[in-house]
Amino acid sequence: MAMSGERWIFRHSAAVRVTHWINAFCLTILLMSGLQIFNAHPALYLGKQSDFDHPVFSISAERQQDRLVGVTKAFGLGVTTTGVLGLSTAGDNGEEAVRAFPSWATVPSGQDLATGRRWHFAFAWLFLLNGTLYLVYSVVSGHMRRDLLPSSAGFRSLGRTLRDHVLMRFPKGDAARHYNPLQQLTYLVVIFVLLPLMVLTGLTMSPGIDAFFHPLAALHGGRQSARTVHFVAAAAILLFAAVHVAMVLVSGAFNNMRSMITGNYYLGGALE
Amino acid sequence: MNRRHFVTAGAAALSGVVVGCDRIAGTSGGGKGLHAAEWVTYRAQRILLGADKLAPEFSESDIAPHFRSNGTGDPPDKSYKLLARDHFQNWRLRIDGLVERPLDLSLSDLRSLPARTQITRHDCVEGWSCIGKWTGTPLSEILTRAGAKTQARFAVFHCADTMEGDDDSGDQAASSEGLADAKAKTAAQTLDNRVVRYYESIDLIDALHPQTILAYEMNGQPLSIPYGAPLRLRVERQLGYKMAKYVMHIELADSFATIGEGRGGYWEDRGYEWYAGI
Repeated sequence: MAMSGERWIFRHSAAVRVTHWINAFCLTILLMSGLQIFNAHPALYLGKQSDFDHPVFSISAERQQDRLVGVTKAFGLGVTTTGVLGLSTAGDNGEEAVRAFPSWATVPSGQDLATGRRWHFAFAWLFLLNGTLYLVYSVVSGHMRRDLLPSSAGFRSLGRTLRDHVLMRFPKGDAARHYNPLQQLTYLVVIFVLLPLMVLTGLTMSPGIDAFFHPLAALHGGRQSARTVHFVAAAAILLFAAVHVAMVLVSGAFNNMRSMITGNYYLGGALE
Repeated sequence: MNRRHFVTAGAAALSGVVVGCDRIAGTSGGGKGLHAAEWVTYRAQRILLGADKLAPEFSESDIAPHFRSNGTGDPPDKSYKLLARDHFQNWRLRIDGLVERPLDLSLSDLRSLPARTQITRHDCVEGWSCIGKWTGTPLSEILTRAGAKTQARFAVFHCADTMEGDDDSGDQAASSEGLADAKAKTAAQTLDNRVVRYYESIDLIDALHPQTILAYEMNGQPLSIPYGAPLRLRVERQLGYKMAKYVMHIELADSFATIGEGRGGYWEDRGYEWYAGI
C-alpha cells in the first residue's frame, strides 16, 4: 500500500504488529521468570531423572580459600563467574547473595520460586494464545506464504545474503520491500522449531501432561533431558533476540521501529 | 541511538521489568491475575487427564540409587519420636470428617487391605526428579470403607511434622544433630501455642485415582523416616510437595478455607499453587 509518493510501503499488518509486541513482552517475562525457577535448583541433567553428582551444567557458589566464588560448570569444566552467576550483589542493600542468576535478571527479583512459577505459567498461557492467533492469521492471510517462505531464487542467493550481512550491507530501495532469505529462514526456525520446542519441553516437565501423553517425555529422552533442552532452546531464543535487535539497529533503527509500530516503512534510503 | 545508549536503555528496560513485576505481583489485582492462570491450568488438565489417565511407570532398573529426601527429614515432635521408637506399633491413622464411618487404622490394618505397587518418577517443584518404587493402600480402598458423604470435595492430610514452632527454631537444628529428645517440643507445648504442622489437600478425582496410594513401603523396604515413615501419600500426577509425609489423619471436607491459612496446604499457604500438575 503506497502512501505519499511511491517511496512508502505498508510493511506490517496490524495483526503482525500487535502479536509481535505481545510476543516480545511474553518472552521477556518467560525468560526472566524461567531464570527464577532455574535458581531453585541450578543444575541440569540428561535422562529421566537427576544424577545429582553429575549434572551436565550447573551454577553454584564454592568456598575457595576462605571466600565464596561463583562457579559455572558445563560437562565438568568450570569457570569463575563471581558477580554475575553463582554469586552476585542483590538490588537495594548491595549484599552478596548466593544465587545462580542475579536479581536483575529474574522475575521477581528476590529468590521466590512460588511467585516465579505464577508469572511463568500465566505468561505461558498468554504466549500460547498469542502465538496461536499469529499462526492462524499468518496462514489464512497468506503472510506465511507471501513473506516468510523463501523462493527458490532466495535459496540460491542465501550465500550472497549471508556475506552481505557479515559486511553489514543491507538492502535498500526496492530490495528492502521483502524479507531477505536469511531473515526468512531465521524467522521460520524461531517460529516452527525453537518456540514449539519451548512449549513441548515445558509441557514435558508437567507431571500432569506426562500422564496425559506418555511418549512426550520419551521423545525428549526423559523429563530431565527435556528440562535441559528447555534451557538450551531458551538460550538460543535469547541469542536470536540479541541478533535481531542488533540487526534492527544497524539496518535503520528508526525506520524499522516505525514499521513495526505504525506499519509504514520508507524505501527512499536511510532517514536517520 | 549509538551502541552505548542502546545498552543503557536495555539495562534500564530490564530493571524496569523487574521492578514493575515486583510491584504488580504485590498488588491484589496483579496477584489475582497470576492466580487465575492456575485455575486455567487446573481446568485444562482436568479435561485432558480425566479421572483415570495414569502417570508413567518405570522398570526396576530405573530406580534411583540415591533418592533425594526433601522437606522434613526427621520430625522434631516428641509425640512422633515416641511412635518411631516403637517402630510405629502404636501409630494410628484416623479417617474422619465428611464420612459415614470414621476409621482408626493401624499399620497392620493397612497392610491387610489390597495393596498397589508402582515405580514412578517423583518431580520436585524445584526441578529435579527421582524414580522410586512405592507400595501402599490405594486411598480409594480406604474411602470406600469409610464412605464419603456426598458433600465431600477434598481429602485433607494432616501430618506429624511441625514446620514452624512458636518458641524457637533451635529444636529443628538440635534434632538434626541428634540431641533430639532432650530438647524436642512436646505435644502439650505446641498445641497451646500457634504451631504449624505440614498438611496437604487434593480433590476427590485425585483421591480416587488408581495410583493415589498411602505408601508404607519404598523400594521394597518399610518406609524410613526421611521419606515419611510410617505412611506417606503418593499423588503421581502432581509435584512432590503434594505428597504429604508422616500422615496421621485424613479428613474429608467440603472446603479447606478454615484449615491453616485456608489455601489447602503448608506450601500453598506460602504462595505455591494448590494444583501442582505443572
